[in-house]
Amino acid sequence: MLLRLPHLLGVEGLTREQIAFILDQAKPFQEFQRHPLKKLATLRGKTVAIAFFESSTRTRISFTTAASRLGADTMALQAEASSLSKGESLLDTVRTLEAMRPDGIVIRHKSSGAPAFVAERLEIPVLNAGDGMHEHPTQALLDALTIRDRKGHLEGWNLTILGDIFHSRVARSNIHLLSKFGARITLCGPPMWVPRELEALAPGVRCTSCIEDALANADIVMVLRVQTERLHEPALAPGDYILRYQLNEKRLRLARPDALVLHPGPMIRGLEIDPAVADGPQSAVLEQVTNGLAVRMALLYHLVGSASADAPHPAKDRSNASD
Amino acid sequence: MCAVAKRQLLSPEEIGRTLHRLAHEIVEKSGGTGNLAFVGIRRRGVPLAQRLAGIIRESARADVPVGTVDITLYRDDLSTVGPQPVLHSTEIDFTVDERDLVVVDDVLYTGRTVRAAMNALFDLGRPKRVRLCVLVDRGHRELPIEAAFVGRVVETSDTETVEVHLREVDGEECVMLVSRIP
Repeated sequence: MLLRLPHLLGVEGLTREQIAFILDQAKPFQEFQRHPLKKLATLRGKTVAIAFFESSTRTRISFTTAASRLGADTMALQAEASSLSKGESLLDTVRTLEAMRPDGIVIRHKSSGAPAFVAERLEIPVLNAGDGMHEHPTQALLDALTIRDRKGHLEGWNLTILGDIFHSRVARSNIHLLSKFGARITLCGPPMWVPRELEALAPGVRCTSCIEDALANADIVMVLRVQTERLHEPALAPGDYILRYQLNEKRLRLARPDALVLHPGPMIRGLEIDPAVADGPQSAVLEQVTNGLAVRMALLYHLVGSASADAPHPAKDRSNASD
Repeated sequence: MCAVAKRQLLSPEEIGRTLHRLAHEIVEKSGGTGNLAFVGIRRRGVPLAQRLAGIIRESARADVPVGTVDITLYRDDLSTVGPQPVLHSTEIDFTVDERDLVVVDDVLYTGRTVRAAMNALFDLGRPKRVRLCVLVDRGHRELPIEAAFVGRVVETSDTETVEVHLREVDGEECVMLVSRIP
């Protein structure tokens, strides 16, 4: 099977087979992260534009490192330093970038649908690195890779997501991905962050504001960052949040004994997660980071590395029955 | 449409005898098996490397480690290929530093695959020596690469290909010369 996908805009539109293929293709890159020499020439001569219209550290570094380890060059656009602050439109900015002839573009934007908008208008592959409250597909894929490695497969797990689900594109992408593999998903947090409407996102999703109820029988517990700037929207003191929703060791014992703890980062120790849990044996937060590189390398290899389908293929006739 | 003519170059028995001869040659020319390791190039180099190691295990009572290398990421023609080829794992569980490596493949042709395999190996460390063992050398080299251990040299033309079928991969065992007559 080959990944016949022009862009990566979200997880919602991917098939199970495409998801499994991407995870399989990330495997060689997981091994590669252990090599003493972490530099390939596979995408030598290719350029990846990294256009972040919203601040980010880890996703940007991860994509930049993934491109660099494949041998590609990157050109970076950061919101603060760009002409966005001078009033240029999104389309003008990406058209300007495209005029410098990159072979692919990675976009993060505060508006949902911005990568899809760009993908319709540019000729090069677009990778969504997070758009508004919509999707963060590479995060869900790296989470899925971590789950598959730690728990053996992706099928039918009980997934609990804790925190501000409403504003979270990470939660939405994970809900879409794991529900395709038959997960039963429980969303839990303060009621204003877990509106009932979220149950319509995918089959098998339910909402609760009781963490004890949410954690019972969980195979995977995904903790989201509490954006402290949002705690003030309807008043909720951090102390109250810790009291009612922090994942601590006592609460984690309500989940299955082998439950896996994930956090997309950045993690605020002592707020949404107890340090003892974050550093405990059930936590895979650092594996998530390494797997993020592997997933992004696999996606860049397949999306940016592929020439257009009608390009000449001189190598094909030369192969000697070997594959 | 073009006609295809096939001629058998090696029978299953001949493949077996050739591998026995190659295994003994490798041991003899390496002065023992102490530092030796095989690296099979995916796909058909892998079962060949395993068979060579099996023959040495029986005849010399020595275990020679076998690794596998997937050269896809090291190909030099990727930017001209349509969709990217599917990746497989490189599995080398031993350190290649200071090792006496024998790279194993089914057919030696342009030499580009072997070049890619060597790049992959040198990303893992610094072997003491790298030699090449192939079942069939069909000529038409485009790079300065030669095999130290060759099962059979076959003269071929541009319109011919050599097909190696191995039971582990193909469910049958033979080496065929395939000619395409336009």
